[in-house]
Amino acid sequence: MAIFINKDTKVLVQGITGKEGRFHTSQCLDYGTNIVGGVTPGKGGQEIDGVLVFNSVSEACRETKANASMIVVPPPFAAEAILEAVDAEIDLVVCITEGIPVMDMLRVKNGMAGCHTRLIGPNCPGIITPGACKIGIMPGSIHMPGGPVGVVSRSGTLTYEVVHQLTEQGLGQTTCLGIGGDPINGTNFIDCLSAFQDDPETKAVVMVGEIGGSAEEDAAAWIAANMNKPVVGFIAGLTAPPGRRMGHAGAIVSGGKGTAAAKLAAMRKNGIHVCENLGNLGKLCKEVFTEQV
Amino acid sequence: MKIHEYQAKELFRKSGIPVPKGKICQEKKDITSLLAEMQLPVAVKAQILAGGRGKGGGVVLARTMDAAQTAAEKILGMQLITKQTGKKGTEVKTILFEQGVNIAKELYLSMLVDRDRAGILIIASRDGGMDIETVAEENPERILTVHVNPLLGLQGYQIRELIFGLELKASVAKAFSELLKKLFSLFVQYDCSLVEINPLVITTEDTVLALDAKVDIDSNSLFRHPDILAMHDTSEEDELEAAAASHGLNYIRLDGTIGSMVNGAGLAMATMDLIKQAGVEPANFLDVGGGASAEMVENGFRILLSDPNVRGIFINIFGGILRCDILAEGVVAAARKIGLSLPVVVRMEGTNVEEGRKILAQSGLNLTSATDLNHAARLLAAI
Repeated sequence: MAIFINKDTKVLVQGITGKEGRFHTSQCLDYGTNIVGGVTPGKGGQEIDGVLVFNSVSEACRETKANASMIVVPPPFAAEAILEAVDAEIDLVVCITEGIPVMDMLRVKNGMAGCHTRLIGPNCPGIITPGACKIGIMPGSIHMPGGPVGVVSRSGTLTYEVVHQLTEQGLGQTTCLGIGGDPINGTNFIDCLSAFQDDPETKAVVMVGEIGGSAEEDAAAWIAANMNKPVVGFIAGLTAPPGRRMGHAGAIVSGGKGTAAAKLAAMRKNGIHVCENLGNLGKLCKEVFTEQV
Repeated sequence: MKIHEYQAKELFRKSGIPVPKGKICQEKKDITSLLAEMQLPVAVKAQILAGGRGKGGGVVLARTMDAAQTAAEKILGMQLITKQTGKKGTEVKTILFEQGVNIAKELYLSMLVDRDRAGILIIASRDGGMDIETVAEENPERILTVHVNPLLGLQGYQIRELIFGLELKASVAKAFSELLKKLFSLFVQYDCSLVEINPLVITTEDTVLALDAKVDIDSNSLFRHPDILAMHDTSEEDELEAAAASHGLNYIRLDGTIGSMVNGAGLAMATMDLIKQAGVEPANFLDVGGGASAEMVENGFRILLSDPNVRGIFINIFGGILRCDILAEGVVAAARKIGLSLPVVVRMEGTNVEEGRKILAQSGLNLTSATDLNHAARLLAAI
């Protein structure tokens, strides 16, 4: 089953004619993703890797019946690209773009209230249901189809590290997704955990957080109240100095809030299996999940 | 991005938000002539980006011209040490002379991005001039908060809530309301992440004005604010951090001995944690970007080697789409080019990882391949 995407998902790429757009379109096609069209205003009629380019999302949707979109457009235009996809009533929008102004995302987030579109990201690696569909920039080869583990993370390469360790332990994945490193994002931890809880194929979840905000604390409380599947948690940034933005726009400890220590404490308190050392994450999952699944 | 108080006040003036009359001084020889244009009392304020200026001795209210002259000569050029500058302090290159005002009441007012509710949070308090965190701890009932939906903007009832909450007289309510609306517009127009006025002053003449001004701008928005970008003062940044930024590298200097170079911010943070868990201290955070190109690796090496505390380097690259043989060639070429002498532990993962390791091993350089993170941690502890 997996969550949010499967082999039937029909994907558009917004920003397909750019350097990143071309490269990742070809990578996703190689993985087997059903990319049905691309969008770049003014470049309608061109073809990229055999994929037809349209001038607008609404035109692309009419012609292709796409139900998901991957956004790889530069930051100044990314917020509008999200709104265009929402307006076309696409089910799932995955925004890879890093560096969108927060004020733009505040408007997008509030403007999407009541719309049925799900936004993943921005500033994220995307989402993959191994063996079925990849909408994002993650390396497909490290994933192992068939489950039983779901992975949700705020990071990119750190997620690849986690997935790689799971695969090495013989633990396959149902769906892996990054919800993004920005302070304002679409889908949050709880949305993903809830979907994993409802997905019969997902038997266990790995949740990867980092410093900044309180999403991990909220998620930990939610898990204790609503989940019966085992969760292994990891938090990056124990050694991060306060007041400094650690690469991701949202990764900052401010006014003593958002520390890794507080997040780990919330996880422990709510029955999440905390991984202290990244090098042991795969092994820990093997132990915990073999026992409980 | 932080801007100076005087720059923030320029923005305030442009937006019609009242601030005291002020003059900027950057040369000691100009002090006398600039002071001649001011009336007493006059405030002399050090312009540095770090907070805690008042307690550090960087702000003086002078009642005589002699006192103002003395204070200005002392502050301009001094190494100002505050709780945020570190022990070395920061050189004061600019001072602001500001006309004293007749204070009837000091308030606190700030606006910031509210991550949890995806809105703009306004915080106000009757306890102006004090540290707001202290007020929040000791008298939480004296803190007023209003959540503004960015699509709807600031509403009349929200302004009234603050006016009644702050117990403002009817005679100043209108001026306060105007200031609040203009400040909110400024917040949105300039993509602020924080605007703080502490204190916001009600004068004995019933006017309202911003005695202090702190403005942080969202760095991601600078492409549409060339005027703000021009205000960027890098002189208070760490030299290595500024150099790294000019190469597009995301680098934060720490005080440990093991440098690290990683692709991706989350993995870079986790790598710092791993170094610490191995029993050594991380010297930095360095994210060379998902691609980790040979050029980025070379620039990264240069930055790490410029830090005299660094005794060893850990390169942790999760390639994936990136080919490890190409990465390894880049690492070897960069290490040769800059004559690298420190021990380097390389942990990489991705396509062609075996070929990559072979390239490192055959290079004749002090490059050790780690098979996984735990192996890398053992190698680091041995440096």
